[in-house]
Amino acid sequence: MSKIYINGISSVSPQSEDIFEEENPLVYKENTLTALDQDYKSIINSMMLRRMSKAVKMGLYCSKKALLEAEVEIPDAILVGTGQGCMQDTEKFMTNMLESEEGLLSPTSFIQSTHNTVGGQIALDLKCKGYNMTFTQNSVSFESALLDAILQMEDESTQNILVGGVDETSQEFTGFQRLDAQIKKENISNLDLYKSESSGTIISESAAFFSLAPEKKASSYAEFKDVEIINSIEISGLNSKIELFLKRNNTSVSEIDAVILGRNGDARFDHYYEELQNGMFLAKCQLGFKHLVGENNAVSSYAFWLASKILKEKQIPEIFKLNTLNCSAPGKVLIYNQYLGRNHGLILLQSL
Amino acid sequence: MSDLHTELKKSIIEQLNLEDMEVSEIENDEHLFGDGLGLDSIDALELIVLLEKDYGIKLSDPNQGKEIFNSINTMADFIEKNRTR
Repeated sequence: MSKIYINGISSVSPQSEDIFEEENPLVYKENTLTALDQDYKSIINSMMLRRMSKAVKMGLYCSKKALLEAEVEIPDAILVGTGQGCMQDTEKFMTNMLESEEGLLSPTSFIQSTHNTVGGQIALDLKCKGYNMTFTQNSVSFESALLDAILQMEDESTQNILVGGVDETSQEFTGFQRLDAQIKKENISNLDLYKSESSGTIISESAAFFSLAPEKKASSYAEFKDVEIINSIEISGLNSKIELFLKRNNTSVSEIDAVILGRNGDARFDHYYEELQNGMFLAKCQLGFKHLVGENNAVSSYAFWLASKILKEKQIPEIFKLNTLNCSAPGKVLIYNQYLGRNHGLILLQSL
Repeated sequence: MSDLHTELKKSIIEQLNLEDMEVSEIENDEHLFGDGLGLDSIDALELIVLLEKDYGIKLSDPNQGKEIFNSINTMADFIEKNRTR
């Protein structure tokens, strides 16, 4: 199998992209975090932009920026991971339906309410007629898209793949996540997330897209090595699963320089991470990101963005650190994420 | 400009999310589709819904659309003649 290089990256989240350099986190006092608005009009046609929900805007914006950085005009494939899809348009047409007593409905929000709207709109904008796939697999939606990227790269004619993860919040539907304690009952500051001992987390919206290619460039960020999806696993089986994953990639825990963990402050499920933090990765630099950008089904794409930056810049900003260990020249980064104790994802990246 | 013309322009701006556009920027005889206002086929569906919702007009023949939705003037004429509310 050919190697896969990350040649362009872009993210939109509740934090600015320059948080990596500036370490100036925005502090939120509510448990639903919206992504920062961008200058969407600068790269998206305003006649197209007017109908776009946040997920579509974020997805297209990141896609175009990542492709621009990688100097790719039209990718061979577009792969999108989204757990919840276009919730804002779904909510809009369902509200219309209720208000009009199932009478006349505005077609736009209905047409754009499907999960694959983001991938479709990216293709329309880029005039890309290539392979286009959307993956909706809860918190391993992005990992599923990455898995497809590996499969697509086995085709030697594939030169460029656009892959990303995106999820948006919506006023009512996101609120429903309070009902089964996915969102914390008490409002907390995002920076206090890891001190929280209650159930639930802070929910957010974000997008991160990447231009992948078998060819390395001088400007490449890192090499994407592998991804593994585990739908269900007991804590006791986690260590051996990770060891197997690393072994499959001719490496081991001792060679991992930093581990990015999807800790989200949910007292019911953070022990999966604690098992690793106090066990096999005790002597490794441990990083978190959800105290900054919150939780959503595609947020592991933000971790992928973070790992890419770390491996290119060869530095780890303090704001992401969960322990005090230093790592002067990160070479291999492992990402581990799960949500509600299910859908575990492992991603391995390596420096160039 | 009649009240109906202004009302139509306001509805179109709101319904079609033409956020950057003002009522005064839409000419009565300007083409709504193509090289005029630049509306597309999804907008045409929205306009059909608008006619039925706001003026009680149900388009029985979809081919009429091209003529009716040519400009604000043609839309206003059609509404004046066929409105039930």
